[in-house]
Amino acid sequence: MNAIEIHNIGKSYGKVRALSGISLQVKKGEIFGLIGPDGAGKTTLFRILTTLLLADEGTATVAGLDVRKDYAGIRRLIGYMPGRFSLYQDLSVEENLEFFATVFGTTVAENYDVIKDIYSQIEPFKDRRAGALSGGMKQKLALSCALVHKPSVLFLDEPTTGVDAVSRRDFWNMLARIKASGVTIFVSTPYMDEASLCDRVALIMHGKIIDSGTPAGIVSKYPYTLLSVKGTPMYPLLKYLRGKKGVIGCFSFGAVHHVSIDSRETCADDILACISAAGFKDCEVHETSPGIEDCFMDLAGRDHKE
Amino acid sequence: MENVIEIHGLTKKFGNFTAVDNISFNVRKGEIFGFLGANGAGKTTAMRILCGLSVPTSGGGTVAGYDIVREPEKIKRHIGYMSQKFSLYSDLKVWENIRLFGGIYGLSDKQIASRTEDILSGLGMEDVRNSFVSSLPLGWKQKLSFSIAMIHDPRIVFLDEPTGGVDPETRRRFWELIYEATSKGVTVFVTTHYMDEAEYCDRVSIMVDGRIEALDSPAELKRMYGASGMDAVFRMLAGRARREE
Amino acid sequence: MKEFAAFVKKEFRHILRDKRTILIVLIMPVVQMILFGYAVRTEIEHARVDVVGDMADPAVRKIVDRIDNNRYLDINGILPSTGLIASRFQKNEADVAVCFGRDFGEELRKTGRGSVKIIGDGSDPNSAQMIVNYVIGVLQSEQTEISAGLSGQDGTGSFAPSVHLMYNPAMKSAYNFVPGVMGLILMIICSMMTSVSIVREKETGTMELLLVSPVKPMWIIVSKVLPYLLVSTVNFITILILSRYMMGVPLRGSLMLLSGVAVLFVFTSLSLGLLISVVASTQKSALLLSGMGLMMPTVLLSGIIFPCENMPGILQCLSHLIPAKWFIIMVKKIMIQGAGFPYILKEFSILAGMTAFLLAVSVKKFRIRL
Repeated sequence: MNAIEIHNIGKSYGKVRALSGISLQVKKGEIFGLIGPDGAGKTTLFRILTTLLLADEGTATVAGLDVRKDYAGIRRLIGYMPGRFSLYQDLSVEENLEFFATVFGTTVAENYDVIKDIYSQIEPFKDRRAGALSGGMKQKLALSCALVHKPSVLFLDEPTTGVDAVSRRDFWNMLARIKASGVTIFVSTPYMDEASLCDRVALIMHGKIIDSGTPAGIVSKYPYTLLSVKGTPMYPLLKYLRGKKGVIGCFSFGAVHHVSIDSRETCADDILACISAAGFKDCEVHETSPGIEDCFMDLAGRDHKE
Repeated sequence: MENVIEIHGLTKKFGNFTAVDNISFNVRKGEIFGFLGANGAGKTTAMRILCGLSVPTSGGGTVAGYDIVREPEKIKRHIGYMSQKFSLYSDLKVWENIRLFGGIYGLSDKQIASRTEDILSGLGMEDVRNSFVSSLPLGWKQKLSFSIAMIHDPRIVFLDEPTGGVDPETRRRFWELIYEATSKGVTVFVTTHYMDEAEYCDRVSIMVDGRIEALDSPAELKRMYGASGMDAVFRMLAGRARREE
Repeated sequence: MKEFAAFVKKEFRHILRDKRTILIVLIMPVVQMILFGYAVRTEIEHARVDVVGDMADPAVRKIVDRIDNNRYLDINGILPSTGLIASRFQKNEADVAVCFGRDFGEELRKTGRGSVKIIGDGSDPNSAQMIVNYVIGVLQSEQTEISAGLSGQDGTGSFAPSVHLMYNPAMKSAYNFVPGVMGLILMIICSMMTSVSIVREKETGTMELLLVSPVKPMWIIVSKVLPYLLVSTVNFITILILSRYMMGVPLRGSLMLLSGVAVLFVFTSLSLGLLISVVASTQKSALLLSGMGLMMPTVLLSGIIFPCENMPGILQCLSHLIPAKWFIIMVKKIMIQGAGFPYILKEFSILAGMTAFLLAVSVKKFRIRL
């Protein structure tokens, strides 16, 4: 049995179509990433799965329970960490944790082993009000609160948004350890580079899943040859490349440009010759393997044209 | 080379907490200056001082040629500012927002009218002129608020996490707007959590615990720390942080 | 049950940690009582009394002397006719007028009754009531003296003063504002505080977490309500003590009955608060809704400040819809007239009906989802 089954879920807010035709399966014990920009419908899907919203159409089950009928059962089984920090700022770290433990009919002592790993890092500050914690510590507290009742499925809605690169890395390390204890994790993020940290991902844009599978599987489906191109000055180079024959797309990727080409019309050497001739300096062109971000841009662009 | 920002020994204390600890740096005209740091490293405080919104405890400097301690009002008039958190009024229409900010920066009606056309055609947003900002996709809002931050032709524009949460393509299109602006001589001072965006900057400073731990071009920083990407450089430096926010 | 206790504990923590709010809430009744009561009471010394009557009549003369000798009252002027009183009030040249009937002494001697009219300046109702009471006091002491002198005769000798207030005939006084303040305070605590505290959880997103928990939404609500129930009890007692020992308002009826009525009204206010919290999504709108939507109409239409009898017909109809109005009527009847339950049955039933309706609507509307 899958931890989460989603069949053809759709949801509208008035005229705005927030989700349409969403179907996904999340296996037990995996980290499943829902990856997409703000406004793609991630939070709506989370709310439907956590029984906070009713879908207009389609069905979904969490841990085998129907989100519509068995909402009470699901609420007992899941842990949820909403997008923004939603704990009581005027209660202390310890009081927050104890409160959420009691709400889920358990105690901190009983499940201490579940949260120990994370909670021990903020325990020295247990008498501090949650409102006075740093961003990273708030996040750890929120995660502890979501885990304190030993949920079988953990829902994390954009836990790393607005968090710096170092804390993000820490957070994902924590998730890996939680996963190791057997919890299924359904997590959303706008950061494409976090896809590689998930077992499987779904890419979502404009309320639709544009692809899903393992990160490697998605990348392997990338249809074009991808080149990494360098040259000074970079921005004029970008504009120059976009006009070239055989170039399908060209975007900057950190220190280089990623240029997708139709291999029937052009190739790396071809491009190198062109840009050198056009007067760009320090040119480098070589083939590179695409990442999730390349795939996302390609798929989203295609979806848009349809 | 002309400097648009010159900062010496800037320090800001809140009680006995030193948020910004004796930082000095220059930003050259026309460059993209990346201002990085972990959450709580003091970026926001420093940026508020540079924008004339806060007075330093000690140290000083100039922004756009005006003294940050004595002439904060003049600074405000000569810089542009855009933040992910606040930029536009979502309950006003697109043209109303442009008109409003044009008015705030003292543009004449004629100037506002022509700038409005420039902005809308430049962004390809003529069709949504009468739409409420709340109805626009996030990416459009960000582009629009960038253009509006530039409405009074500031010499320098401060961007506080301008691309948070948007899809990868829109994020890159946004950076192309930044390149366009710098090609016209505007200086861009930008913070971001996307490390690939750090690579797009001419120079990058990394703040740790209120101090600037590193400041150089991305290529030089990567060479110095023997890292393949800015991501690794950042983690190496910010990982040293002692203090919590 | 343990879950519920945790909720209640949490609510108390919220309240106790927000020191400023709790202070305001506990002090509010005291401030209101003082505002309504003492603030207007202070300057009653040397009230200026105009007299309309035949000063040659010894009976009139005697009373006028008595008034002048009273340390709170001063004779201000003798007017030839009652027609001048209005303009004297308007120019603030007099505070009260005492009008003796023609042939006052004659009548008193013959029938044992003299007609006196006391006209107060109702534009300042509280002090007017006070002054009129002083004048009545003077008349009464004269009356007892006469009765004593007339004993053995048929008539008992009374003046039967008819009191008339210009501009605001239905008087407001401590007797009136104590029930009003009670209604207002209970309303504020129960509806405003409860709704804001529920909506705050919506705003900060914690409601999302609570809804996702196995706890029944009903318990979340009940736990929110409980602490404020306690706070309003404290306020209720404060008001009762203040009104008894500071304002001298008697509690003639049964304390049990009064408390019972208060509990009913508390439930009315709570269900109103709940309704607001269902509708509002931000603390600001909850405050506005309870402030403008509840407090304003309550203050204006329940009879606390403006007597319902003087309102235009349409407002009178509207005032029937204000729960506080019925509460205030009941409190007045119990405290001042000492009425028992049968005498407030009508009002009690109306309020109970309103409460049942509001509670049903708000519980039905309270969503188990977002």
